[in-house]
Parts: sequence; C-alpha cells; structure tokens
Amino acid sequence: MAKQNDRGFLQASDRQPLLFDWIFSVDHKRIGLLYLYSVGAFFLAGVALGVLLRLELIAPGPTIATAQTYNALFTLHGVVMIFLFIIPGIPGAFGNLMLPLQIGARDVAFPRLNLLSWWLYILGAFMALTSLFSGGGPPDTGWTFYVPFSSETPTNVSLALLAVFIIGFSSILTGVNFVTTIHRLRAPGMHWGRLPLFVWSLYATAWVQILATPVLGITMVLLMVERLIGLGLFDPGRGGDPILYQHLFWIYSHPAVYIMILPAMGVVSEIIPVFARKPTFGYKAIAASSVAIAAAGSLVWGHHMFVSGMSDTAILVFSLLTFLVAIPSAVKVFNWVATLYRGSISLEPPMLFALAFVFLFSIGGLTGLILGSAATDVHVHDTHFVVGHFHYVMFGGTGFAFFAALHYWLPKVFGRMYNMKAATIAWAIIFVGFNLLYFPMMLVGLHGMPRRYYDYLPQFQQLNVIATAGSWVLAAGLLLMFVNLYRGMRRGAAAGSNPWQAATLEWVLTSPPPAESFSQPPQVTHGPYDLQQAGKP
Amino acid sequence: MNRYSHPALSFRCLTTVWALLLVLTGITVFVSRLDLGALNIWAALGIATLKASLVVLYFMHLKHEPRLLKLCLFIALLTLASFIGLTFFDVLYR
Repeated sequence: MAKQNDRGFLQASDRQPLLFDWIFSVDHKRIGLLYLYSVGAFFLAGVALGVLLRLELIAPGPTIATAQTYNALFTLHGVVMIFLFIIPGIPGAFGNLMLPLQIGARDVAFPRLNLLSWWLYILGAFMALTSLFSGGGPPDTGWTFYVPFSSETPTNVSLALLAVFIIGFSSILTGVNFVTTIHRLRAPGMHWGRLPLFVWSLYATAWVQILATPVLGITMVLLMVERLIGLGLFDPGRGGDPILYQHLFWIYSHPAVYIMILPAMGVVSEIIPVFARKPTFGYKAIAASSVAIAAAGSLVWGHHMFVSGMSDTAILVFSLLTFLVAIPSAVKVFNWVATLYRGSISLEPPMLFALAFVFLFSIGGLTGLILGSAATDVHVHDTHFVVGHFHYVMFGGTGFAFFAALHYWLPKVFGRMYNMKAATIAWAIIFVGFNLLYFPMMLVGLHGMPRRYYDYLPQFQQLNVIATAGSWVLAAGLLLMFVNLYRGMRRGAAAGSNPWQAATLEWVLTSPPPAESFSQPPQVTHGPYDLQQAGKP
Repeated sequence: MNRYSHPALSFRCLTTVWALLLVLTGITVFVSRLDLGALNIWAALGIATLKASLVVLYFMHLKHEPRLLKLCLFIALLTLASFIGLTFFDVLYR
C-alpha cells in the first residue's frame, strides 16, 4: 500500500524547473496527465461556449449575440469539443496513463514520439485559438468546413484548417505508438486473450487513427489550396465536385466517431465487471466487437450525405452498412447487461457513470438508426434531432465514460480518494441536466426546427426554454463534480493501491504508481477480470 | 544476422523491377488515351497498385519482412481501396 508521503511519479525532480520537468517529460504517466489537464481545460471552454449558445436560443430573435457571433460560437464549440476534447480525451489522457500499466510495460514503445504528439496537439490548439483573433475573424463554417461556403468565406478558415491538420498528426502518432506498444511490449503471460478490454478498445481505435486520419489531413490541405490559389477541386464552375469534399471529410470524420466512442466503451468494459464483482460476460465477443466496430464503422461515412445529391445506389449501400454497425454495438451492450445479471452490484460513482453511459449511449445509438435509414433521414436531416442524437452519443457516451474514467482511475493516479457522496450527487445532477438539455432538442427537431439557425419560430420556444434550463443544471453538476475531484486529489484520504478490488495490472502498483512503473516485467497468470484467481472475490 | 536483417537484393532483381515500373508507366499513359468508360479508372488504379506493390515489396524490402508487417500494410491498402471503391458507388451511379 502507498505511503502517505510517497508521491511516486508525481514527485518533482531537483534536476530542472518544475514546469520543464513536466512539459519535457517522456514518462507516459506524466504525458497522460498533461493530456488530462489540456483536454479538461478545453472541455470547460467548450462547455462555456455551449451554455452561451443555449442562452442565445432561449427566445426567438437576438438575445445575447449577433447572428455572425452565433455562427462563430457554434463553430468554435464544435471544433474545441471534437478536435481538442473528445478525440484526444480518453486515448490521450487515460490511454497514456493506463495502457502501459495494464499490459505490464515500462512505457509506450516510442516515448519521445509520445511527447511530440502532445506538443503537436498543443501547437494545433494554439493555432485554432489564434484563428479567432487574427485574419478575417473567427471561422463561421461549423466544424465540418463544408464547401463552397468554407472556400469563399472571408473569415480565418485557413488557419483553423492548418490547426486541424496538425492535431491530426498528433492523433496519428498516438495511434502508431499504441499499436506498436500493444504488439511489442506486453508482459510475459499477457497474451491477446488476457488483454484488458480497455486495451482492446485502444488497439481498435489506434488502427482507425492510423488509417483514417491521413484522409482528414489530405482534405484540409486540398481545401487550403482551394482557398489560397482557387484550384477548382470542389468548385463546379471550374470542373470540381462539392460532394467530393463531403466524401473526403466524412471518410475521416465518421470513423472519428469511433475514435471517440471505442475507448469510452473500453472504459465501461473495465468498470462494469469490477463493480458487479463478476468476470465479464462474453470477453471475446466484446474484444472482437471493438475491432468489428472499427472496421465496419470506417465504411459508413455516406450516411451523413443522404440529402447531398449523392447517387441512390450509394445511399442504399451506405444505409445498409450503417445498419451493420449496430450489430457489434449491440453485442457490447448485451454483454454489459449480461455481466450485470446476477452480479453483486455496488453503485459507486464510477459504476453510476458507466451505467448512465449504457443508458444514454443506447438512446444515442437507436436514434442513430433513424438517421441511418435514408427514408427517415430525409425528414430529420439538419434539424435539432441530429444535434440531440449526437450529443447523446458523444456526451452521453464518451463524456460520461470520461467522467467514469476520472472517478475510476484518478485515485490510482493521485493516490487519494474523492468524496463519494458529493460524486454521487454530482452524477445525479449531471444525469438530470443532460436529459433536460438534449431530449427536448430531439423533440424540437422532430417538430421541424433546423440546426445552426440563429432564430426560430415561436412554437419552438417552450422546448428551447427547457433545453436551456437543462444546460444550467448540467453546468452546475459539472462544476460540483470537478470541484469534488480537485479537492479529493489535493486533500482526499489515502486511496490505497486497489480501492475497487480490481484484477487488472495497474492496481498491483502503489498509488500513485512509481516513476519506473514495473522495475521487473510482471508475470501474468490470469485474465483481467478473473477476480477469484486474482484473490479479489 | 538478427531477425530483422535479410540478404541484399541482387542488381539483376532491382534492374528488372525498375524496367517493369517503366513498362507499367508506359501502359498507364497508353490506357489513359483509350476510352474505356468507367474501366479507365479500374485500369489506372490497378496499374498504380501493381507499381506501388513492386516498390514496396522490392525497393522497400517488404518481401523479406515478417508476416505481421505485411499484414499491417495489407490492411492499410485494403482500407484505402474500400474508401475509393465506396466513393465510386456515388460517382459512377450519380
């Protein structure tokens, strides 16, 4: 068990100033924390922007911002949340922190590349923020940068594109690092059938990062060339094809949805067996479904384009493929539920967030089928229904899993425990606020309110008021959760090395883990969820 | 010799591959002047794939690498082919 004064890898060295000790560290745990602080800061910025957007929509007509400012606000909210929080969130922070520990490795395969990855992320973020205050003003295209508007708007889109290009490189490098680490650095006895499911999910994610992200990079470069020298790639007046841009953008950006959700599913797969005190039901099926989601999810991008003027044959093919993704997703949900069945369930904060994930992700996933079916998509395309749907998947899914991971692993990282009661109350407020905010969005969308509109008809106001009130409840819950976690990590009681009695390898180490995680490679003799064999019945 | 080393390729082998690449480039130019409809794309992409395979296998030594590395690159190639192929479900039938 950790001693109270044993700060492990958090211990400052006396060789260089504290800041340099962190920002030039090649230790995977420190890089993981750098990511955690960075994505956490951007998440709070994104939340603030989201609350402002909702405030603007509390009543028809101008409320707190002009139409142009509203366009800039939702663009920034999207870019910050997607590229700076959700995509790097779980892999960058908890992947870096936990992947080597879970497979019994001393570090990732390429520690320096890992540090470069974080620096590229920060450079891209800096450029994205600079684009707001320079050139022709904040980009106003939405996070999708659709042509022809993005190739013609005088706002500072070019710098934002360059920022996304650089952040993409960061993502690719993380993917290369994780694939190599999982193949080459597993401890003796840690064969593929004993990999924790979080590691399996990171493995599948890493492949998508490697294979799909270059397409985003190419697309951003093509759009920059279009803007800067008017090449005519996407301009029909010069023989270009605007739908080609949408293909290229979604070839990356739909698989990106799986970069966001797969690690979240991995987190939930870790937490449920520990708090149900039962081995995972269908370990192999969950592991295989991660790879299946990554593979099938890479082939369904066209469902974002059903009303773009794409051919009917392509609509048919993409609609069919979209429905196929539901199969491995459902395999996961059914296996989680089967793991819970007759388990000895303890509803502690990580479990509450994980269960909320299953509930909210199921709503998000099933409403996704309404959009995946071409006939119904025509009616709800570009309405608030879509906004509600993807927030259920991205925030109700990845966001809640991120919070689950915070409550599950921070006691390991800092060696201190947060206040359980405050965490539970925060969870309840967040859960209520979330549903108050996003469910009315789906309803108002079904009534016909378009997304990205600054103004709306009076009959949509009631549901918009409920959603805006929900945003305040949600923000209050988030504030309570972060304050509680911060206080816990600073002054909480000692957590001990294994507060949840889990069986994966990271819990063998002291809390916080030592700087040199495993001085000797551990010999793995049981599966990650064999609680009995691990002596944690 | 460790597990990652392999024998140097012969001058004859490298020259043959180079000559093949030149021939395939000639075929690419020739085929581009024929009007084969949608088959023009298949031909161009097919020849390009063949040329890239020769470069990767011989000049970049993939032929002598472990099976896992070959598999990784094959998955990348398959993914790219899927991206291009599925896009053509739109372009060809629009």
